Amino acid sequence: MNIHEYQGKKLLARHGVATPRGEVVFSAAEVADVARRLGGRVIVKAQIHAGGRGKGGGVKVADDPAAAERIAGEMFGMTLVTAQTGTGGRVVSRVLVEEALDIASELYLGLLIDRALRRPLMMASAAGGMEIEQVAAETPELIHKVQINPGIGLASFQARRLADAVGLTGPPARQAAALMERVYTAFRSVDASLIEVNPLVVTAAGDVLALDAKVTLDDNTLFRHPELSELRDLAEEEELEIEASKYALNYIRLDGTIGCMVNGAGLAMATMDIIKLAGGEPANFLDVGGGADTEQIRNAFRILLSDTKVRAVLINIFGGILRCDVLAEGVIGAVTELGVGVPIVIRMEGTNVDEGKRMLRESGLNFTTADSMGEAARQVVQLAAR
Amino acid sequence: MAVLIDKQTRLVVQGLTGREGSFHARQAVEYGTQVVGGVTPGKGGTTHEGVPVFNTVESAVRATGANVSVIFVPPPVAADAVMEAGDAGIGLIVCITEGIPILDMMRALAFLDDRDSRLIGPNSPGLISAGQAKAGIIPGHICREGRVGIVSKSGTLTYEAIHQLTLLGLGQTTCVGIGGDPLIGTTFVDVLRLFEDDEATAAVVLIGEIGGTAEEDAAAFIRDHVRKPIVGFIAGQTAPPGRRMGHAGAIISGGKGTAAEKMAALSEAGVIVVQSPSDIGTAVAVALAHDVV
Repeated sequence: MNIHEYQGKKLLARHGVATPRGEVVFSAAEVADVARRLGGRVIVKAQIHAGGRGKGGGVKVADDPAAAERIAGEMFGMTLVTAQTGTGGRVVSRVLVEEALDIASELYLGLLIDRALRRPLMMASAAGGMEIEQVAAETPELIHKVQINPGIGLASFQARRLADAVGLTGPPARQAAALMERVYTAFRSVDASLIEVNPLVVTAAGDVLALDAKVTLDDNTLFRHPELSELRDLAEEEELEIEASKYALNYIRLDGTIGCMVNGAGLAMATMDIIKLAGGEPANFLDVGGGADTEQIRNAFRILLSDTKVRAVLINIFGGILRCDVLAEGVIGAVTELGVGVPIVIRMEGTNVDEGKRMLRESGLNFTTADSMGEAARQVVQLAAR
Repeated sequence: MAVLIDKQTRLVVQGLTGREGSFHARQAVEYGTQVVGGVTPGKGGTTHEGVPVFNTVESAVRATGANVSVIFVPPPVAADAVMEAGDAGIGLIVCITEGIPILDMMRALAFLDDRDSRLIGPNSPGLISAGQAKAGIIPGHICREGRVGIVSKSGTLTYEAIHQLTLLGLGQTTCVGIGGDPLIGTTFVDVLRLFEDDEATAAVVLIGEIGGTAEEDAAAFIRDHVRKPIVGFIAGQTAPPGRRMGHAGAIISGGKGTAAEKMAALSEAGVIVVQSPSDIGTAVAVALAHDVV
């Protein structure tokens, strides 16, 4: 689960990480007061779940409270498009107002779990403020890494070594090392899967602060952090995706015209791929899971068809635990109830497949059935093009 | 012959008395697997699905000589179940559970580092040795005995591959689902090594998906160490970056982990990479110069 910058900073601050003074606001009218409290000169930062906000016009300096209010007024309601939002962008409805700092240098700090090492990896670089992927690609020697033993945690010497590697010395080096240890503590205690501080800044006075914070929480741990579930911002998610999550369906909306319903994530991706190979474009990724019942199938169908771009539907089910007769019952129920106006191609295989096919045939509804994935994809692409 | 499990396997089911555990234990027995016991804390001393239930894996191993465990317990306690199996000396631990906290899994993997246990999964459909034994949820009736090994990150896509092979008259040795999570115990490389050394396996199907670098690691290993023909497919060629496609590990982030990169790496290593998932079976048939039925 992604959370906003201001929420991430709060979590870090709770673990002793220094962050700039600031307040989040939900309307431009609150901004001038906040700016005055923070000393007049402030940074106004749009809060959306995507990086690259600066380039998109989502981060601006205001010299006085009046300017802050004007800038925030322009930000609220604007659709911010960045390299990470996709072309649709995100509408700004929260703004973070922070004290403006006198910055001497910008560093990068990242903490994630390395899949190959199966260990947390802390990374630091003197090339802060830039896109770290670009630094990694062009000048990998500028990124310094330490592997963390999960039983021991980040050792103090490892933090000191990273601070030294990015060119810090004296009090800023000590502050930075202490901050790194606190970031690791925060990572463990909130069950994060990623914490990125870019930039980590050293001020002219020699203080080290997290000027930005990207914190990704592990969805699978929310059962033990009920308070963190409240940080979810539904405005950042697609309406249909929220609806799907209520029924334990995994739905991701895409741009094409062919709706897909599949069981299993790998087969669902492969189904999208084969639609594309047949010359079509998938309208969504939809995994109904291994043990879907008729109720879930009905809801899946309803959600999939709420996307008005859908011109035809492909159902591809390999029934292992999910039986084909259960699928057929769910699909027939949904089509009867919803009065579906687009053609439906069904390819199913596995447990009770003959019974499932018989039910579809005898339903009197207009289904096209296919015996293989390839055939199903060709048929659905043709039907969608009509 | 087969790899990892066979007729001699003595299987214990952790979470036997749950809905999933019961169902799949029954399926395993029907397939001919020696299911010797189950573990459910607090239900030791009872019998379920015709086998004895124990409170701990340790007592199950002592009483039954179990050497493989399959785990069907809920996500909050699954990493602990993995460690318990490892501590009891289980040689092969198969974890089906999806949704285990990643930091829990990291600790469980570190725990296993000091032990001789191999973990398959988590978030895996498990494995099946055709005609011999199964540990997990892969349907037995779609398999037939033969010469093809399968290793895959995905569940139903694995069934699809098995089905295509079986329709063409091509049977399987062992089909292994390594799991779709970012942290897993057994990798493509581990299973490829087993297949390369297994006399009964003549060809291998490798099914990867977007995210991580496991397929690139597999390509490097194949280039240097594998002589047998390998057919590869990568799911997620059309997946948008930054979106997690169902599996926790299936995400293209920072421009890394794309299907295109993985397909190129595998091709360069000599793998027969198919673009379409419906071509997996015929590509294996061609590779084995087998007459397509």
